[in-house]
Amino acid sequence: MTAVPTEFPAGRRFGDRIGDNALYAITAAAGAGVVVLIGAVAWKVFDGSSLAFSDFGLGFLVHSVWDPVHNEFGALSFIYGTAVTSFIALLLAAPIAIGIALYLTELAPRAIRETVGALVEMLAAIPSVILGLWGILVLGPFMLNHLEPWLQSFLGWIPLFSGDPSQKGILSASIVLTIMAVPIIASVARELFVRVPAELKDGARALGATRWEVVRGVVLQYTRAGLGAAVILGLGRALGEAIAVTQVIGGTVNIPSSLFESGDTLASRIAAQYQGSASNLQTSSLFYLAAILLVFSLIINLIAQLIVRRFEHTHIGAS
Amino acid sequence: MSTTPPNIDPRAAALFQTDGRLRRRRIVNRLMEALGTIASLAAVAVLVIVVASVVKNGWGAFSVEFFTTSPSLSGFGTAEGGILSSIVGSILLVVIATIFALPIGVLVAIFVSEVAPRKVADVIRLALDVINGLPTIVTGIFIFSVLVLAQGQSAIAGGLALAIIGLPLIARSAQEVLRLVPTSYREAGLALGAPRWRTILGVILPTSLGGILTGTTLAIARVAGETAPLLFTTSLAVTTSVTWDPTQPVQSMPLTIFQYAEQPDPSFHEQAWATGAVLLAFVLVVSLISKFLLARSRRKLTQ
Repeated sequence: MTAVPTEFPAGRRFGDRIGDNALYAITAAAGAGVVVLIGAVAWKVFDGSSLAFSDFGLGFLVHSVWDPVHNEFGALSFIYGTAVTSFIALLLAAPIAIGIALYLTELAPRAIRETVGALVEMLAAIPSVILGLWGILVLGPFMLNHLEPWLQSFLGWIPLFSGDPSQKGILSASIVLTIMAVPIIASVARELFVRVPAELKDGARALGATRWEVVRGVVLQYTRAGLGAAVILGLGRALGEAIAVTQVIGGTVNIPSSLFESGDTLASRIAAQYQGSASNLQTSSLFYLAAILLVFSLIINLIAQLIVRRFEHTHIGAS
Repeated sequence: MSTTPPNIDPRAAALFQTDGRLRRRRIVNRLMEALGTIASLAAVAVLVIVVASVVKNGWGAFSVEFFTTSPSLSGFGTAEGGILSSIVGSILLVVIATIFALPIGVLVAIFVSEVAPRKVADVIRLALDVINGLPTIVTGIFIFSVLVLAQGQSAIAGGLALAIIGLPLIARSAQEVLRLVPTSYREAGLALGAPRWRTILGVILPTSLGGILTGTTLAIARVAGETAPLLFTTSLAVTTSVTWDPTQPVQSMPLTIFQYAEQPDPSFHEQAWATGAVLLAFVLVVSLISKFLLARSRRKLTQ
């Protein structure tokens, strides 16, 4: 007969308790560190901009000037450039990306589905500096010699498409941003479309709907909140891209009336100033630009994440 | 039984009614299918065009010297020498970034999926998503103000900026694999009388190690191509010689591409393309491998 223990050990061993507590403490510290990091980024960026803020105040946001010689700085033309390039990029990217996601989930033959999907994802993996290099040396001349003259011949009567075609400018930057935003929106949209319950689609098909009608009536309806979030995530990407935009936008301080003209965005202006500032005020103004960018991107990301979480909660959590 | 499916707009239901417009509906359907296909083709075409441009334009610069020497200043306005100092600098930066991001990322993932109460875990997950969405130039500016203003540029500063970018990627993929570890493993560990820390370190982590490592390679592929965070942290480097000293600023491949692209002489452009080809090959191969491995470790865990 083996001895059967009549009672369990009174408590866990001392070492185990220490080990458990140590594990909790270390991992909790790492987790807290993540939250602290965001706070630190915000604090440092705002702190750095305090000099410019005390000099220019909120007027910084509505002045279109960047003059290191006279120490005059303002962000308006960069805010404008950011808004216009991001807007055009999304206008182009959203339908393309949703089209890709629909093709990959509804249309593509099984054999090529994964390959095409992987290729689209590879587009997202291209480093932005390489896309910018391509933007300068390949896209730029193409814009100058082909696309912009062609656009002008049709739409030249609209002020947006007036002026001389150029290699670098708002439109070039928007196209590069489109290329960056498409794979992001497409991959989120694809995940959404896959989750549409088959019985809903089958129901629509049984009613005689064509494939497009199933998409329009069921797939897009079911996922529209999520699609909104996908587009907002793409916006976040377009807004914050510094390198490729610096390379192709031309980098001038003006509020261009034509898409062919050069301009600048918040992120690209910061990037273009990396070789040094003439004064503390200029450095501080860069921080001010970064602070504006940070606020925009925080708002956009939080909105997108809240939508995604709500979508997952109502559509995935319920099933 | 005429219940409409849930979540369908009543307006949409009208679409399903068959009437004499069948022909038009078919045409619209075809049109939309064609647009979706064209969109996909366009995306693939852009990928092919960009990759082809990089390879075609950079091909001429490839030589043994390109990989084994650093740029020399002897060429007057033309590119002389190779990119060895950039390759070494990029390796150094990625190693530093991994050293910081990997352990912290794994610890955060363990906290979120094994230790933290649900609400706390949600907050930290949101925080990770926010960090992931930070414009990388802002990350660079942050490190600039924390480190560079006081101590000057260094590979450590650049590596730290990259670590912040890699951290959410590593933490997220680690979380994802940790979640796939079957609950029975945890219960088995606890049933054997092992305390939680030993269950986590001895059972759960080893099981998910493959997934964590492949997530790390994905992060490496991402940060290796980043330029913006390096501008303010490690851009003013001596490019003509190789340095492994992390306290000095180092040249890197993305920065070389960025700077050469702005040069007037075409010889710099050719070198920029060639550097782009090296970087692109690295990034694409690493991300393909990690995707393949991630799928495999996921399959293993879900079996």
